[in-house]
Amino acid sequence: MSAAPLLASFGGAFEFIFTPQASNVTGGKGVGGIDQVIELTLTQLEVTVLALALALVLALPAGLYFGHRGAGELVALGVGNAGRAVPELALIALMAAAIGVGLLNLTVALAILGIPPILTNTFVGIRQVDPASVEAARGIGMTEFEIVRKVEAPMAIPSIFTGIRTATINIVATATIAPLAGVATLGEFILGENVYGPDGVLAGAILVALLALALEFSLAGLQRLLTSKGLRLRPA
Amino acid sequence: MASPALLAAVGQVGEGFFHERNAGNRPCQAKPSHLFCWDWARENIDRYGTPALQQLELVLISVVLGFAVAFALALLAHRRKLLRPPLLAGTGILYAIPSIAFFLLLLPITGRGRTTAIIALSAYTLQIIYRNVTVGLDNVPESAKDSARGMGMTNRQILWRVELPLATPEIIGGLRIATVSTIAIATLAVFAGAGGLGTQILAEGNLHFPTTIVIAGGIVIAMAFFFDAILLTIQYFATPWRRARAS
Repeated sequence: MSAAPLLASFGGAFEFIFTPQASNVTGGKGVGGIDQVIELTLTQLEVTVLALALALVLALPAGLYFGHRGAGELVALGVGNAGRAVPELALIALMAAAIGVGLLNLTVALAILGIPPILTNTFVGIRQVDPASVEAARGIGMTEFEIVRKVEAPMAIPSIFTGIRTATINIVATATIAPLAGVATLGEFILGENVYGPDGVLAGAILVALLALALEFSLAGLQRLLTSKGLRLRPA
Repeated sequence: MASPALLAAVGQVGEGFFHERNAGNRPCQAKPSHLFCWDWARENIDRYGTPALQQLELVLISVVLGFAVAFALALLAHRRKLLRPPLLAGTGILYAIPSIAFFLLLLPITGRGRTTAIIALSAYTLQIIYRNVTVGLDNVPESAKDSARGMGMTNRQILWRVELPLATPEIIGGLRIATVSTIAIATLAVFAGAGGLGTQILAEGNLHFPTTIVIAGGIVIAMAFFFDAILLTIQYFATPWRRARAS
C-alpha cells in the first residue's frame, strides 16, 4: 500500500465535504458539498439530542429513585447488562420493518440504546454515596427529595455523566444508520454509495467520527463544570 | 421512502436474497410484514450458521487482542502514574469513534475484510478493559500489599501473586462488558466487508421482512448472554476467597 492512493482517497473525501460533486446517479446534479453536509449533520445532531432527552427523562428519575431507595438493584443492573447486548443494526432495522420509518420511531429506537447506561450509572452512583453523608443530611432536617437533589445527585455526578457519555456515544453512532429508518443523517453518504460514490462514503465516515468526538469532548467539559469543587479535589 | 440512501443500501450488500425468498411457494408470502414467520425460519435457519460463526470469530480475536493490549497498557500505567491521563484520553477517543466510521476510515488503509473489522473492534474494547484493570489494581488494599512486602516479596511477585488475583473481579467485569458489547457491535462488521450476522439484516429487501432481522438479532443477543454466563462462571471459580466470605 503506497501513500499516493491513500492521499487521493482522503483528498477526494475532503473535496466532497466542501464542494458538490458530480454523481453518476442523479444525472449531473451535484451531491455532497458543505450545504448538504451541514444539513445532514444538523439532522444527526437533532435525532441524537431528541433520543438522549427521551432516554434522560425516562432513565434519570428512575435511577435516582431506585438508587435512593436502595431497591431494584437487579432491574437497574440487569437493564444495563442486557442493553449492551442489543445489536443496534437489528434494532433500527426491526423498528423500520415492523413499526415503520420516520423521526418519531427512530427517536424511540435510539432512546432504547441510551436508557441502560444512564439508568445503571445513575443507580450505581447514588448507591456509592457515603451513607454517613445521607444520615447527616437527614439529621439536619432535609427532606428525602432534598437529600437526593442536594447531596446524592451532586456526589453521583461523575458516575451519572459516565452514563450520559456512553449513552450519547451509542446514540450518535447508531444515528449513522438512521437512513434505514427513513431519516437522512450523515449515514446517508455512507449507505448511499451508489449515489454519493466512494468519496461520499469516506466523507461520511470522517464527519461521523468528528461529530462523535465533538460531542464526547463537549460532555467531558460539561462534566468538569458540573462536578463540585470538593469532589474535584479528591484524587481520582 | 424518504431516503435515496435506503434504496441504494438495498442491493449494495446482499444479492438475490429477496427473490430467492419469494421464489416458488414460500410460506408467509401473503404477509411479508408479519413480525415473525415460523415456517420461513424453520426452512431457512441454515443460512445463519456461517454468518454467526464469522461474527463469533471476529469477536473472539478482537477481544483477545484488545485484552492483551489493554492489559499491557494498564500494567504500564500502574507503574508509571504519569502515563494515566494520556492513556485514558487516548483509549477514550478510540472508544468514542463510532464503529461504522472506524471501519470505513480504515478501508482505504487495510482494505475490505476481517483485518479492518478486527482493528476497529479491538480498538473499541481498549478503554473498557484498560479502565477496569486500572480500577481493580487501585482497589487492592494497602494492607495486603504491605503484608506481601513484609513476607519479602519483590514488586513483581506482589503484582502477579497479590494485586492481580485481588483485581480479578474488576478485570473479568471489564472483559464481560467488552465481550458483550463487541458481540453486539460486530453486527456492523458487514460495513467492513467482514461478514457476520449484519449481512442477514442488510441483505436486499430485508427491511420489509422482520423475520430475518429477528433471527439475526436474536442470535446476537443469545451469543452475548452465553459468553457473559461463561465469563461469570470463570470469575466464580477464579476467586474462591469471595465465595468463602459470602457463605
